[in-house]
Amino acid sequence: MNRQISVYTDQLTRRFGKFVAVDGVSISVYRGEIFGFLGANGAGKTTLIRMLCGLLKPSGGEGSVAGFDIKEKSEQIKKRIGYMSQRFSLYADLTVTENIHFYGAIYGLAKEEIRQREEELVSQVGLDPYMNQMTKDLPLGIKQRLALGCAMLHNPPILFLDEPTSGVDPQARRGFWNLLYETVQTGKTIFVTTHYMDEAEYCHRVSIMDQGKIIEMGSPSQLKESHKKSTIQDVFIALVGGEKTDQKE
Amino acid sequence: MNAIKITNFHKNYNSVEAVKGIDLAVNSGELFGIIGPDGAGKTTLTRAVCTLLVPDDGTIFVDGKDVVQNVARIRAILGYMPQRFSLYPDLSVEQNLRFFADLFQVPAQEREERLAKLFRFSRLEPFKKRKAEALSGGMKQKLALSCALIHTPKILVLDEPTLGVDPLSRQEFWQILHKIRDEGSTILVTTSYMDEAEQCDRVALFFKGEIVGLDTPENLKNHYPFPIYKIYGGDLRGLKSFFDTLNTVHTSQLFGDALHVSFAEEPSLTDWKAWQAKSGGNLQRWVHHSPSIEDVFLELLREQT
Repeated sequence: MNRQISVYTDQLTRRFGKFVAVDGVSISVYRGEIFGFLGANGAGKTTLIRMLCGLLKPSGGEGSVAGFDIKEKSEQIKKRIGYMSQRFSLYADLTVTENIHFYGAIYGLAKEEIRQREEELVSQVGLDPYMNQMTKDLPLGIKQRLALGCAMLHNPPILFLDEPTSGVDPQARRGFWNLLYETVQTGKTIFVTTHYMDEAEYCHRVSIMDQGKIIEMGSPSQLKESHKKSTIQDVFIALVGGEKTDQKE
Repeated sequence: MNAIKITNFHKNYNSVEAVKGIDLAVNSGELFGIIGPDGAGKTTLTRAVCTLLVPDDGTIFVDGKDVVQNVARIRAILGYMPQRFSLYPDLSVEQNLRFFADLFQVPAQEREERLAKLFRFSRLEPFKKRKAEALSGGMKQKLALSCALIHTPKILVLDEPTLGVDPLSRQEFWQILHKIRDEGSTILVTTSYMDEAEQCDRVALFFKGEIVGLDTPENLKNHYPFPIYKIYGGDLRGLKSFFDTLNTVHTSQLFGDALHVSFAEEPSLTDWKAWQAKSGGNLQRWVHHSPSIEDVFLELLREQT
């Protein structure tokens, strides 16, 4: 396996006043990896991702994305990452082609470049039959593919996906994950955040975040074996909630 | 008596057939799950049960009464949490809860106990003075749910209540639903997450306006016809290509650090040894794997087409 590092942090920290949202996080994510980010609401996932995307300055520690320092080179980083949110941020009243051209323009691609990338992506993510349809009329699974395509238009080496398959049917979901496996095969790196632990099972490695710290990291089978649980959901609950659940009654 | 009895329910939106003639009976005291992806017709069904939508064809009886003719009587015994629940953004977490307690006329002595319970489950207590508009998405969802649970209706209908809620709160949420069921309420709940089927007494698997499977989660999984294995090796994509060429392979799917393969028939040790040799040592380890509800769902869809 290729061990080139795509995302690296050392003791990365972010405070908001007295509150420590991200508390000394050290991770290395490798090229070609699908890396899952798990954590309860408010665990610090979003703050960490915003720092990695160059949208928020760290209070302490170090980090680099695609080889660029997150404190100094946020503009270079923004050009090298793609972001796909749960809500897809597509324009409902534009056709598939129009959405692609719109996003291409936002990324500052030349017309010729957009056309070329459009051609590549359309066959890669399987949008051929839908090019002239209104985005609002597309099935959810196809919207999701379009959103992924738009996030990859500028050919970024690193992709951040926020609960990418929420609500889609199992067939479309498996198809989407096959697409992600093909994507990392070309040397890209994918970060996925999710609340749904069955989605975590698809990742090469996952990390579990609690109160600003990474409290566990490893492949889904390693985590299940070392905690003697049959699902990632059970591992998560044992790690994050065990103590609190005991106090409940 | 059935708490909810649905016969040949049809609903169209213009030319789209959202629900195509469904028959479904929910027993009294049951925690019943409607499991399916977005667009399967889950919301249409729950809205019809809650008297908010008139069927184009068929009948729906709730607590023995027709939903079209007994709107007021049904609403009095029904609790409903729609997907977009209206919280009052200017009120605090606690004020929202107290407002709904007033609305549902929860007696004073029950109220405090209930509030304490809901705060425990939702972990919202530290935020009880915060305005609803300042909550994160997951927290809003938990507050909405808490507001729907402030009274104990005879029949509770929840439309995708766990969307965006973290795993810990989801687990606690299901524990609360189990308690409410044990206290005698009937619960109809929808979700697009297949793994939540396990939490229900019985489930209906929904796809494109039809029921493709209906049983207890245990029975659904027991009827899955193919042995499934988790397969580990050096190059998983290479292994997938290798297994895809075998006649005995029914389906194969990459899952992070393993490959899941379902076989038409149980492979023998001789088969495994032969495959190991053929894969040039790439096939390292195989473990029997129980089917998930998602495997069952996919198989039911495959059988349909």
